[in-house]
Amino acid sequence: MNSQLIVSPLALLLALILVVIALAINLKEALGMTQDLIVGVVRAVIQLTVVGFVLTYIIKVNTVWLTLAMVAIIIFNAAWNAKKRAGTIPDAFVTSLLAVTTATGLTLIMLVSVRAIRFIPAQIVPISGMIASNVMVATGLAYRSLNTEFTDLRPQVLERLALGANLKQASQKLIVNAIKTGMAPTIDSAKTVGLVSLPGMMSGLIFAGIDPTKAIMYQIMVTFMLLGATSLGSFIAVYRSYPRFYNDQKQLR
Amino acid sequence: MNAFELHHMTFAPTKTAILNDINLDIPWGIDLTIAGHSGSGKSTLLRLLATLLTPTSGTILYNGKPQSDYDPILYRREVSYCAQQPALFGATVADDLRFPFTIRNTEMPREQAEAALESVDLAKTMLDAPTQNLSGGERQRVALLRHLFFPPKVLLLDEVTTGLDPDTKAVIHNLLDRQNKKGITLVSVTHDESELHMAKNLMTLVDGQFEEVTLA
Ligand SMILES: Nc1ncnc2c1ncn2[C@@H]1O[C@H](COP(=O)(O)OP(=O)(O)O)[C@@H](O)[C@H]1O
Ligand SMILES: [Mg+2]
Repeated sequence: MNSQLIVSPLALLLALILVVIALAINLKEALGMTQDLIVGVVRAVIQLTVVGFVLTYIIKVNTVWLTLAMVAIIIFNAAWNAKKRAGTIPDAFVTSLLAVTTATGLTLIMLVSVRAIRFIPAQIVPISGMIASNVMVATGLAYRSLNTEFTDLRPQVLERLALGANLKQASQKLIVNAIKTGMAPTIDSAKTVGLVSLPGMMSGLIFAGIDPTKAIMYQIMVTFMLLGATSLGSFIAVYRSYPRFYNDQKQLR
Repeated sequence: MNAFELHHMTFAPTKTAILNDINLDIPWGIDLTIAGHSGSGKSTLLRLLATLLTPTSGTILYNGKPQSDYDPILYRREVSYCAQQPALFGATVADDLRFPFTIRNTEMPREQAEAALESVDLAKTMLDAPTQNLSGGERQRVALLRHLFFPPKVLLLDEVTTGLDPDTKAVIHNLLDRQNKKGITLVSVTHDESELHMAKNLMTLVDGQFEEVTLA
């Protein structure tokens, strides 16, 4: 099949011109992101190269424990990054780990048990990465929403506590808003999928010469699974985090 | 029996104490007014009495037992703190008034809400009004009513009439008098001199301590 996408090293080098454009705009407009941009590019190249070799190896040896180890690393990294968005919320790493592990794990188990995907590294690893990264973004946004709302709406929360509300009742609107905020990007992209973006996985399959109908079915499955996973992840993160805004005497911290 | 007994009660979140070594008995049934300049620690005192804050040292007894013996949620339903600038959080007045019912898993009888509004000179049609459009005096009255549907044993009133027009003040004082006659203990704080002549029992808070601590 010669419709397959092959990027030659030379083509890649030429694509670097695109990065130069970004750099030029940066310098001209004094955006002050030059360093971030360079670090980003270098990291992307190194990380992807390493992962490329690692994946090749894992797919070739095809053992259960190595596959699971790779999934564990992905989950750990996702949780670590989500935690960084949590600000001062206590225990956010454990919470994130719980959220990402549960959301990713349950979704994978579902997909494997209905045979939507097979338990082989070539399928498990990329799907886990996709789920975990979406859950990471969702929980990060949920944390941020909790932090801003517990600051902005402090008088409301105090008022509800003074009226004798329990912690859940005192936080009611803030909980809802945080979960909504976490899910918003996934819902938005579910609404526009195919119209605005052709998601990476589907494009990849079509690039690789797979029948577009099959690629689309895969993408529908991915959309479902991301909706489920991000809602579950946000839910767990928010429900484990909102009580941490109060102390043992049920007072706002 | 006293509603509250404060023993060497200090609240010092930082090095400087906001309230310093206070000893005070507040009897049941009293209508007490505490005066003090802005920043003297009046709101802090009421929040301590409401368990929205905890003393950094010393104790507060409520009905003879340390505050920590009580479940904070049930305690706050008995000892109700009405904030200086109450936050309304519903879309309509009805949403706001419903909250005390919602947290007790019951429905708000519409007639009861309408009667409550009329008892403080508000039209019962206000029930469906958006809270955004309310004036300061209207907000304060709606907020107060929220604390009265399930009568508490103590009302802690944080400058609830400050900045309101004389008519609204009169309506609110009238409402509070009725609550006190029903046996509800009132602890009000104010920095408004014009309120003081009506005080039945008056104390003054200066530099984190009470000037005179003799109560009827
Ligand atoms: N949690 C807190 N931490 C530190 N300082 C506070 C805190 N709460 C209030 N204060 C300070 O304590 C003083 C008393 O505040 P407050 O009780 O609101 O006074 P009042 O109600 O009499 O105007 C003020 O100087 C205020 O800035
Ligand atoms: Mg005050």
